[in-house]
Amino acid sequence: MTRTSPTDQEPDEQPVVETAPKRRRLDEDAAGLGRTRASAFVAPALVLIGIFLVFPALWTLYLGVTNWQLTGLAAAEPEFVGLDNYIDALTNDRFLDSVFRTLVFVLGSALIGQMVLGFTIAWLMRTAGKTLRGIVETLVLMGWILPASVIAWLWLVLLDRREGTLNSLLGTGETAWLLEYPMQSIIAFNIFNGTAFAMLLFSSALASIPPSQLETARMSGAGTWATLRDVVFPNIRGHILTVMLLVTLWTFNVFTPFLLTQGGPGQETEIFPVLIYRMALETGQLGRGAAFSLIMIVINLAIALIYLRVLRERRQK
Amino acid sequence: MKTRSMRSRAGGFAVGLSTAALVLAACGSDDDSDAPADGEEVTEATLTIAENAIRGGKNAEVAEWVEDWVIPEFEEMKAEDGVDVTVEFDGSGADDEDYKTSLALDLQTGEGADVIGGFDGIWTGEFAQADYIQPLNEIYSGADDWEGWDQVPEAVQQNMSFEGDRYGIPVGTDGRVIYYNTELFAEAGLPEDWQPTSWEEILDAARQLQELDGVTPIQINAGTPMGEATTMQGFLPLLAGTGAEIYDEDASLWMGASPEMQQVLDFYNTIYVEEELGDPLLQQEAAGRDNSFLMFSEHELGMLIEGDYLWRSVITPDSDIAPMEDRDEVVGWAKIPAVEPGAGVGGQDFVSMSGGGGQVLNPNTDYPELAWELLSFMNSKEALLERYGDDPRITSRADVNEELDLDEMIRYITDEVLPITFYRPGLEEYPEVSIALQESTEAVVTGTSPADAAEQYQSSLEGIVGDENIAN
Repeated sequence: MTRTSPTDQEPDEQPVVETAPKRRRLDEDAAGLGRTRASAFVAPALVLIGIFLVFPALWTLYLGVTNWQLTGLAAAEPEFVGLDNYIDALTNDRFLDSVFRTLVFVLGSALIGQMVLGFTIAWLMRTAGKTLRGIVETLVLMGWILPASVIAWLWLVLLDRREGTLNSLLGTGETAWLLEYPMQSIIAFNIFNGTAFAMLLFSSALASIPPSQLETARMSGAGTWATLRDVVFPNIRGHILTVMLLVTLWTFNVFTPFLLTQGGPGQETEIFPVLIYRMALETGQLGRGAAFSLIMIVINLAIALIYLRVLRERRQK
Repeated sequence: MKTRSMRSRAGGFAVGLSTAALVLAACGSDDDSDAPADGEEVTEATLTIAENAIRGGKNAEVAEWVEDWVIPEFEEMKAEDGVDVTVEFDGSGADDEDYKTSLALDLQTGEGADVIGGFDGIWTGEFAQADYIQPLNEIYSGADDWEGWDQVPEAVQQNMSFEGDRYGIPVGTDGRVIYYNTELFAEAGLPEDWQPTSWEEILDAARQLQELDGVTPIQINAGTPMGEATTMQGFLPLLAGTGAEIYDEDASLWMGASPEMQQVLDFYNTIYVEEELGDPLLQQEAAGRDNSFLMFSEHELGMLIEGDYLWRSVITPDSDIAPMEDRDEVVGWAKIPAVEPGAGVGGQDFVSMSGGGGQVLNPNTDYPELAWELLSFMNSKEALLERYGDDPRITSRADVNEELDLDEMIRYITDEVLPITFYRPGLEEYPEVSIALQESTEAVVTGTSPADAAEQYQSSLEGIVGDENIAN
């Protein structure tokens, strides 16, 4: 089942089917299990996918066309409302604002923040001593492996208005960071939380660059920027794409900023997952929440498809 | 070849789905085998009590009372009858709105505690209409014969009733006043015995308090993070002081962006934006209400409108939220005035808002009779005296109130506030309207003009109750 791309399937499949069905069959059943037993092996996985992916997705699709609510009459007897929820989403300022905010959040925290910072740390640590490297990597990893709720607590204490650590460090009096710079705060929070992944991936990517190329660059007197541009980036282009897509996908779905700001003040940090939560569970509009979720699933699928496509192209090279 | 493999894939998918359906069906059927059949004698049972209360946190006294008194007493009582009952306590310390969401989710999936407390009376309508809760006498047929009903005034029973049916036992009622810090008042040259008779006098006092260093003059709840506290302690008492009510019972119409609403929002605007007598950031903080309690207990806040809950549960000297050692000496209280004398609803000079929660039974309980016994035991005279003996409040039972040694504050609520108070409309739409009201105050404190905020409210309201149900 690795052959899913039409471009590599058609040319070799047709002649095989017509001329040598027997050999082809052998190829397909390499383990010699036969169809029944093979199906039995795959069944558990399919069941899990069915329960946890397909069924919820279909259910969400159904809920999205009802006016189902958490409480009240519409909770007991939801009514079919067709595409109202979707039309409502696309014409609703709150929804559109939230999409825009999510873009800013992804751009700021994932693409610019985590990737640039992750790469910078990986690049600097490449030549650093073992101890320093160990310390830095452990610290960055801490931000990643600690439970999000713990980190959120630390950040609440850091940014607190009255006795916050940041205010006493900077001498900024009673600055309410989470209220005055809400988007910047959650972006910084998410960078802290997720940089480790980019750093780890870039570290191993940098290690895969042939030392001879770096050496040659150094010998010919290339500066840091020239080395990066002409030797490093061309070598790790594939890794950069991978990191970019994965980090985008995760950041797009991340809910933890809610622990800091609950989407507020007002709706200023209401990124997409937070909007759905507030809509569905705080105001109890489950039908609308489901419709919004489906839109989110579609966006996720689009990003995932791009990712798979890029990955396949890399493999083919 | 191709089609065959497709078919087998589709077959596998179908198998997967049908297995999924089986598993889900198994999860869905909740017929615990230990549930008694009808008429069978129960000899062993486990019951759960849920409250939005937790040791060392929110409503700690309730949690302690349940765990240290109710549970052992009830278990012992039942053991004497030969029934081996185990009662568990499911505590929580969440914001009321989050607690409500988790209750709704529990009940929707057929789960949840047998006896559910911390239930705001205003949720009764929407929960009943969603079929999450049922009238007590439908869950247990003997519920109407409870001796306690005679002690609970009709108006208080209404808190936990919907369309004429009792869905729960109310725990009591409350009232709202302006609390003020007499020490700060003295420092600012204001009388320690203070009773404003108009909004202007509140503003005057706040202006004088503004002269003090490190003191926020006034806190009137605004914004969505404070949830229902914004509506109940902020918007609605002010609105009652303008002579308007949010819902006109006689005409069955909701109030839209009326001149009275404009007046209330103007008042918010004066306090938070124009004169900065209050702290607009506090209204937007996720923990803003708790912080307002802390500020008040630490003498950093001059005045705040709150219910008697503040007095008896938040700033008590041994409180876990905002202990105030010198509460009895420092805290003063006054009735909330109308805009000007005689301008309130019904020509009143002073106004207040009251509500109250209670406990309901979970319709999904395996032991309806035992659950009812536990519920009524928790609301027996003996249990309430145990609970409120040292920590008085206005309970729902007249016989208990007579014996309680009400302190000065609670007596003030009974004698002065309850006669002038108003209640929220017990309608399914109310909670959503309440959120729209909170949003309008939030808009004002974040700098939107009152006129625009009122307009936004009008359009939210149209979306909630429909154009035809709004008075113009």
